[in-house]
Amino acid sequence: MSQATTTDRSVPNTYASGLLGKRVPWYVLGAALVISAVSFLLIGQAGDEASFNIVGVVLLTAVLYMAGIFVTSLLIEGRRKATDRLVTALVGTAFTIALLPLISLIFTVLTNGTARFDLEFFTYSMRSIVGAGGGIVHALVGTLLMTLTAAIISVPVGLLAAIYLVEYGRGNIARAITFFVDVMTGIPSIVAGLFAYSVFAIFFGPGIKLGIAGAIALSVIMIPIVVRSCEDMLKLVPNELREASYALGVPKWLTITKVVLPTSIAGIMTGVTLAIARVVGETAPLLIAAGFTNNLNYNLFDGRMQSLPVMVYSQYVSQGTDPQAYIDRAWAGALTLILIVMALNLVARLIAKYFAPKTGR
Amino acid sequence: MTTPATTPRIKAKQRLGDRIFSSTALTAGTLILAVLAAVAAFLLVESVPALTEDPEEIDILAGQPFWAYVAPLVFGTIWSAALALLMAVPVSIGIALFISHYAPRKLAAGLGYIIDLLAAVPSVVFGLWGANVLAPAVQPFYSWLTENLGWIPLFAPPASGTGRTILTAAIVLAVMVLPIITALTREVFLQTPVLHEEAALALGATRWEMIRTAVLPFGRPGIISASMLGLGRALGETMAVAMVLSASGGITFALLTSSNPGTIAANIALRFPEAFGLNTNLLIATGLILFAITLVVNMIARWIIGRRKEFSGAN
Repeated sequence: MSQATTTDRSVPNTYASGLLGKRVPWYVLGAALVISAVSFLLIGQAGDEASFNIVGVVLLTAVLYMAGIFVTSLLIEGRRKATDRLVTALVGTAFTIALLPLISLIFTVLTNGTARFDLEFFTYSMRSIVGAGGGIVHALVGTLLMTLTAAIISVPVGLLAAIYLVEYGRGNIARAITFFVDVMTGIPSIVAGLFAYSVFAIFFGPGIKLGIAGAIALSVIMIPIVVRSCEDMLKLVPNELREASYALGVPKWLTITKVVLPTSIAGIMTGVTLAIARVVGETAPLLIAAGFTNNLNYNLFDGRMQSLPVMVYSQYVSQGTDPQAYIDRAWAGALTLILIVMALNLVARLIAKYFAPKTGR
Repeated sequence: MTTPATTPRIKAKQRLGDRIFSSTALTAGTLILAVLAAVAAFLLVESVPALTEDPEEIDILAGQPFWAYVAPLVFGTIWSAALALLMAVPVSIGIALFISHYAPRKLAAGLGYIIDLLAAVPSVVFGLWGANVLAPAVQPFYSWLTENLGWIPLFAPPASGTGRTILTAAIVLAVMVLPIITALTREVFLQTPVLHEEAALALGATRWEMIRTAVLPFGRPGIISASMLGLGRALGETMAVAMVLSASGGITFALLTSSNPGTIAANIALRFPEAFGLNTNLLIATGLILFAITLVVNMIARWIIGRRKEFSGAN
């Protein structure tokens, strides 16, 4: 703080009071960006690493900015302020670092996925197709059937379990269910697939792969998610509503079905949609339990069934004589998958927005 | 109806509908416990043959005993997950702090959604991206590391020509567990008693000093349990590792070479479609081990969260 008094240097007033001006961090950031961009341009002239450039520029900018702001602040504001600014820069960098893969991923999926994102892709299956052409109808049908079946199994179970936990559950059983539902959300998805396979292998002989086994594997993953979200939504229903209903002499089960559930239905639907969105992209359990095929199969109880994520995987892993065709299909499938998941997320948010009960809150 | 305290409580009339409904709800709840028990039981039954039969009978084992086959896989699973966590946890804490304490209030919710978007991307897409985009992009960097820092055992040469090493797989895993850890730590940071924060600021602390003295100590159990949950997810992640990592088996700590240990989950995904007979039982047995590891990790994480709920100063 001593330099505040010795103002024989020609510095602006805010500096003299021992603080950095409001715009100084932005100037430092701009300088860092320019320096790193120029240096990478020079490197780019020498060698050719086109794709690595943007990431490199961002990272170098972050490092330069941190060094620059720390030193500037240390000279003018002192050590404590300098540390504070350094941490601010670090925290901002962490966020930027997380954005890099997201942007890169969305960019590559969009650019590579559009190559085969055409009408044929959505109207053909892969039956007897070698090389280019073909589509994902069989995978879409399989994904739709298995995900819907999984939802039909897990929504009633999950919702009833959530009702038990919120409305009835007391004591050890409720505590055990809560604990193990949480633990179950952490089960690796491939273990769920192995479980479904084992069940059917024991009863129908080894090597069996069925659409219904895939659906069961998915529902094992889905049930705890549904329970979690439904439980949270039911807990949001104000107790006054329940008490008002009891005071009118309404039995408990009618109170739940006529008062509690209608109040929370928007939240429950949102939760179920998000659970479906989570399960739709599952690959490993379906690979294990439902296998993969190139044929259209509408029957859950007979034969293998393809699904969209598994198809993306199999196109990538077993590239035939014309690898580019397979890779293109994989990317287009990935794009479709991301669009489906994003659409489900959007639907969930819209449900939450438009069907929410109109309370005074 | 006011009753004196001495008279016994009036019991509500038991209706048939009530009984049916409550018992259905209880059944659904216990069904969940039953499913978890069934997962363990069926996996156990199916994996017994792999442990009892002669290893010579199982093609994948190629004559070596069961545990010699499993050990490198267990090592690879834990090693890759640990590397992923090492990268993801500091970044996640940074993002969580950014969203909860640095970003402008109006932007914070939107930024949270952006990070949640990462969680919505299916793992197979991460696999495609990791193998086709990330691996070629980091490969030059790997060669540079092996040439200049090769004396460090972690960066021992020769560098992999494809870039599909365990470090690349760990980076993809880190990106995948990032949103989970961020979401949980963000919640915990937001729960910090405002009075603590304001007290720190009133004593003249800078924002970082406030975070160090009020937010981080309060959030430590939350950070630990979030990291454990992220670890559980990283241990069990299948497709991304299966597509990114080119595994050759063996236990090695070298990050950048082309000989990498596989992971249990990825190994199952790669081998299962072509497996038959006892080989499937063997793979299910490795799956059982993975199940046990993740179960333990998750139970510890949940136990820490549960303990914190009871004793935290928030309520």
